[in-house]
Amino acid sequence: MADLVSHPDEVRVVSRRFGQGAADIDRYLQLDGYKAVQKALAMQPDAIVNLVKDSGLRGRGGAGFNTGMKWSFVPKQSAKPKYILCNGDESEPGTCKDRLIFEHDPHAVIEGVVIAGIATGAHAGYIYVRGEYRYLLEIMQKAIKDAYARGFLGKNIFGSGYDFEVYWHGGAGAYEVGEESALMESLEGKRGIPRIRPPFPAVVGLWGGPTVINNAETLASVPHILLGGAEWFAKLGPPKNGGTRLFCLSGHLNRPGVYELPMGYNLKKMIYNVGGGIPNGRTLKAVVPGGSSCPLLTAGEIDVSMDFDSMMKAGSMLGSGGVVVVDDSTCMVKFALRIMKFYRHESCGWCIPCREGTDWLDKILVRFHSGGGLRKDIDNIQYLSENMLGRTFCPLGDAAAMPTISIVKKFRKEFEDHLDGKPCPFEKAGAAELAMA
Amino acid sequence: MKFSDQFEARFAEMLTHYPTKRSALVPTLLYAQDEVGHLSDEVIAEIASRVDLTELEVRNVISYYSMLTTKPRGKYNVQVCTNIACLLRGGEELLEHCKGRLGIGNKGTTQDGMFSLEEVECIGACSWAPAVQVNYAFHENLTTEKMDKVLDAYNEEGNAVGKWLTWSPIPMK
Repeated sequence: MADLVSHPDEVRVVSRRFGQGAADIDRYLQLDGYKAVQKALAMQPDAIVNLVKDSGLRGRGGAGFNTGMKWSFVPKQSAKPKYILCNGDESEPGTCKDRLIFEHDPHAVIEGVVIAGIATGAHAGYIYVRGEYRYLLEIMQKAIKDAYARGFLGKNIFGSGYDFEVYWHGGAGAYEVGEESALMESLEGKRGIPRIRPPFPAVVGLWGGPTVINNAETLASVPHILLGGAEWFAKLGPPKNGGTRLFCLSGHLNRPGVYELPMGYNLKKMIYNVGGGIPNGRTLKAVVPGGSSCPLLTAGEIDVSMDFDSMMKAGSMLGSGGVVVVDDSTCMVKFALRIMKFYRHESCGWCIPCREGTDWLDKILVRFHSGGGLRKDIDNIQYLSENMLGRTFCPLGDAAAMPTISIVKKFRKEFEDHLDGKPCPFEKAGAAELAMA
Repeated sequence: MKFSDQFEARFAEMLTHYPTKRSALVPTLLYAQDEVGHLSDEVIAEIASRVDLTELEVRNVISYYSMLTTKPRGKYNVQVCTNIACLLRGGEELLEHCKGRLGIGNKGTTQDGMFSLEEVECIGACSWAPAVQVNYAFHENLTTEKMDKVLDAYNEEGNAVGKWLTWSPIPMK
């Protein structure tokens, strides 16, 4: 079980029940559980959608799309059943927050799914949990079973006349499945290859029915909005960036951990105050601000507000909340190589720019880091990455390109230091073993 | 082909989850693998017939998912994460240590069939890096010394249990 941490600057909304045994349904009920869904049942569906829209809740998986807006795209009338799909395929490197939600507050996710269903007129929801999180799938299975036993799920929930079914589903290891259309393919028992859009999932999704796909943290935020109100939630963060976020601090920090901080919290404060700064007398070199798909920030670029819009302005992304801190002992060529190795491994192979691009980039970076690089490779790495941007079927190609471009641009000197057969200045061995592993 | 009663109960439940049988495929394959140790020809044939697919279609799905394997593995599959958060905190050193200690390379299996070793991508333990999963149990904030203790404990357990143990519901510390 992952250790919990705390800091005085935390604002606990989603993590309010962490460490309090709320996976137990009776304990969850004591802690205001299942009140929000009863409130939702008494509301008009449009009123719920508008409330969530006004709260400024944006997708916590990384894209940051307004959740209420996403719900509003679901057609009112549909010949096919509508579905809610909770994306719990957390696998963005640097991200480990949904894991804590499933472990400590599984009923909040269930409640969020049901509320999303009431708001969009759906009568079934699926909670997809990544395959590696087997103990969390067990927790979720029990939570769903308990909720059925109390009449909170199934026919006529809370005696309201509304029917809603919630089902669990387990994955089997695939980063790509976290992409919403690949997630649906996976749930339908296929390879997780993304679908072309349009049509968007809100119109044609699971088994052809209109489908809302939200991240687990997004859905776990929804019950709090119902109870606390849109205005309260919106005011926790800067304009259009409502609420808080579970920031997963990792890497070279004295106090790594998952902390819930208001949207717009300053990144520098997050690293030095909340995360306790860099250990071993080292200094900061770079930060991955929101999972491995985001452009990196240098030590001089960290005085920024961690919300979707400010991070976009700073040339990066808020992403999934995975903040990976890198100190000055790290070789950025190797770091770029490790990121590319990941995307090469996870590329589903469906579209050519991603399949060939990640493979080619991985090979160049391996050769480069082991001392066989040519000066023209540096520009080629950037050129190849830029040619993947926007030219792939799904965002995986962009995700591989963006950090790579930023590393070449911001740490070009480190690439030059590897030229002319020079060994990696940061380590004895070089990347030969990494490549063979 | 005989699976456990628990598997049959789960499979029967899953068929009620979805409008199509094939939707139960991915979790069913993983549950079957947990019992048999790998997805053998026999398992693939059985599951294909249960969800009305050809064996080829099932194999096509299996090859996509990194946790699914058609090759036998050791009783304990030691999965060492070396992705960025673990890399920065010694994930690669941990992998090298495991290779040396077990005398096998990446995706290898020890001769006694006790351990397999696998370098894996992010397992969602970034804030507690470096981290390893042994079957489904997480082991976090590791050092090479702690890793040795973890492996010792599994070795002891493996010799005592003597059968293909699938996973521990409560991850060991």
